[in-house]
Amino acid sequence: MRTVLAVGGAVIALFLTIAMFGGAGWTHPPMANEQTGFRGTGMDLIRTRAGNAELSAANVAPAPADPAEDGGQKASEVYENVQVLGDLSAEQFNRLMVSITEWVSPQQGCTYCHSTENMASDELYQKRVARRMLQMTQHINSTWKDKHVHEAGVTCYTCHRGNPVPANIWFDTPPPEAGRFIPRNNGQNLASANVGLTSLPYGVFDDYYARKDTPESVVRVNATTALPESKGKPIQDAEKTFAIMITMSQALGVNCTFCHNTRSIAQWDTSTPNRVHAWYGVQMVRDVNQDYMTPLTSVFPQVRLGPTGDAPKVSCATCHNGANKPLNGANVIGPYPSLAKPTVAINLPTGEAKSPIPGTDKPNPQPTPVR
Amino acid sequence: MAYYQNLFTQVQVRPLEPEHGIPVAVDARVGKPFNSYLFGIIGNSQVGPIYINYIAALSIVCGLIAFEIIGLNMWASVNWDPVQFVRQLPWLALEPPLPKYGLRVLPPLAEGGWWLIAGFFLTTSILLWWVHLYKRARALGLGTHVPWAFASAIWLYLVLGFIRPILMGSWSEAVPFGIFPHLDWTAAFSLRYGNLFYNPFHMLSITFLYGSTLLFAMHGGTILACSRYGAEREIDQIVDRGTATERAALFWRWTMGFNATMESIHRWAWWFAVLTTLTGGIGILLTGTVVDNWYLWAVKHGVAPAYPQVFGPITDPAHLAPMKP
Repeated sequence: MRTVLAVGGAVIALFLTIAMFGGAGWTHPPMANEQTGFRGTGMDLIRTRAGNAELSAANVAPAPADPAEDGGQKASEVYENVQVLGDLSAEQFNRLMVSITEWVSPQQGCTYCHSTENMASDELYQKRVARRMLQMTQHINSTWKDKHVHEAGVTCYTCHRGNPVPANIWFDTPPPEAGRFIPRNNGQNLASANVGLTSLPYGVFDDYYARKDTPESVVRVNATTALPESKGKPIQDAEKTFAIMITMSQALGVNCTFCHNTRSIAQWDTSTPNRVHAWYGVQMVRDVNQDYMTPLTSVFPQVRLGPTGDAPKVSCATCHNGANKPLNGANVIGPYPSLAKPTVAINLPTGEAKSPIPGTDKPNPQPTPVR
Repeated sequence: MAYYQNLFTQVQVRPLEPEHGIPVAVDARVGKPFNSYLFGIIGNSQVGPIYINYIAALSIVCGLIAFEIIGLNMWASVNWDPVQFVRQLPWLALEPPLPKYGLRVLPPLAEGGWWLIAGFFLTTSILLWWVHLYKRARALGLGTHVPWAFASAIWLYLVLGFIRPILMGSWSEAVPFGIFPHLDWTAAFSLRYGNLFYNPFHMLSITFLYGSTLLFAMHGGTILACSRYGAEREIDQIVDRGTATERAALFWRWTMGFNATMESIHRWAWWFAVLTTLTGGIGILLTGTVVDNWYLWAVKHGVAPAYPQVFGPITDPAHLAPMKP
């Protein structure tokens, strides 16, 4: 009996060990940690060399297209219906169009957005969305240059990475299914990749990233005085803030101390400058969602909308894709100055959404977690 | 071949008649005793009989009711999908009422009512089990050290789920029933109140918790180490030189300069264990009710040290002039 137990225990231990090393996704040395604050305060970015190499390889910026002639006729003179990029020379315009195809629809080609019968037609919803996205890119690179994207800037590739629909988008969370007996789960307590598989509230994107007028008090749950002087925030709000912060941590592939000194998460004066960058990044995400993504709800066909009929929206992960500097911080906008100009005002694209062209009417891609 | 030489033995003793111990006035023992090899490895090989009187039975029933309510609510929250129930079990929870219900005695069942009912039955079960422990200790003529140690744990439980929510004026301040959810709640609780590590009673609780494990290891190690000198033969210890106790005492006097006694080491261990939850409960009770931000409290009272600024001054951008776009 004793021998049987000993052998059985050893076998179980062996299999558990193999399972843990093989299946738990553990990282292992050599480490490449980086101290980010005063010594002894735990301000460290925990990284591995292998992880850094993998992250770097997964975020390589594509080589820019060869420069095109500046002179010659303007695109607006050569082509019809060029509303945003009409000031470019025709050659530069064509260069940009080829780059956009490589960035967004390398498999599908020009006809992902353009009607084969008439390239100028706005018939396909993809073209109308793309025009708005061009304006969004210009807006980000001009208005948000100083506060968030800096010299690196963004192009279509920053988010799209060769996919017509970027991998890291989000939709509003549908309310729980109605049934005869629905216990309230407070919108939490399900294994959700949105919030790093914690049991924290998973529907936090809606409240935090969608609207520009979101008050700061949505996330700021700490008291600003040592002793209670007014009715404070409930724990449930702290759980929401915690969940939102996990979405950022995942999106940027960093731990809390990248922005915060964890001895007091709320204090700004002990935080790192990254926290200020991140704060403006959140403002930018809200700006983009309210002014650019949500107004496209009527332009997208049903198949591109979320479970509650809302347009796909962006979060930190949409651009960052797991790296604290998208595309390793490469200057992607330099070779494409036309995408960095302040955008021209045009009418929002309207009209009925036509069926997408064959081969593109796949169901919505689910937002995939950044690992 | 192992042989039965002293009380500190791994040989499993199996009497022909199961051991029934001293006779007691009222006997409510249930079950036919049997010997188990597996139990014999970690303790006495005899299993049962267990003492189940009305109080104990009521406690078990109340505990089962709470267990069922919690489990069924968890299952319902995945729409009665058995596969999801198993897969998501560590994530599932029965949440306390929302803040809007305050201290209402029974909010809608699906919105925290079940939590209150489950909490009532679980608390009743635990308190009845305390009574059971107390009465059994008395019936055997023992002191009541074990029930009072258990009471210290109950104190922390009641502070978290009953006393503090009442002082805060809302059941929503209580802990959810669930495996990961109660852990995430704990982390959120510390985040909400500006880092619980700056709470001096939390510091004390951690000290006693880790101190308990240290004392446990020291005591267990000492007694096992001197069992070869008859550590269990306590009468001999008093009069003989070179006995287990004398060697154990010398060991610690040589290595620490000071030693506990056979009696005091058990008081050390008991108090460390009891004070863990006693001070922890005080710390939780003060959080939110008396102190709202432990970090700021610690700065105010010189507990939190100031570190040199590594970066330039960082200011809250929300307080700057609003951005144009």
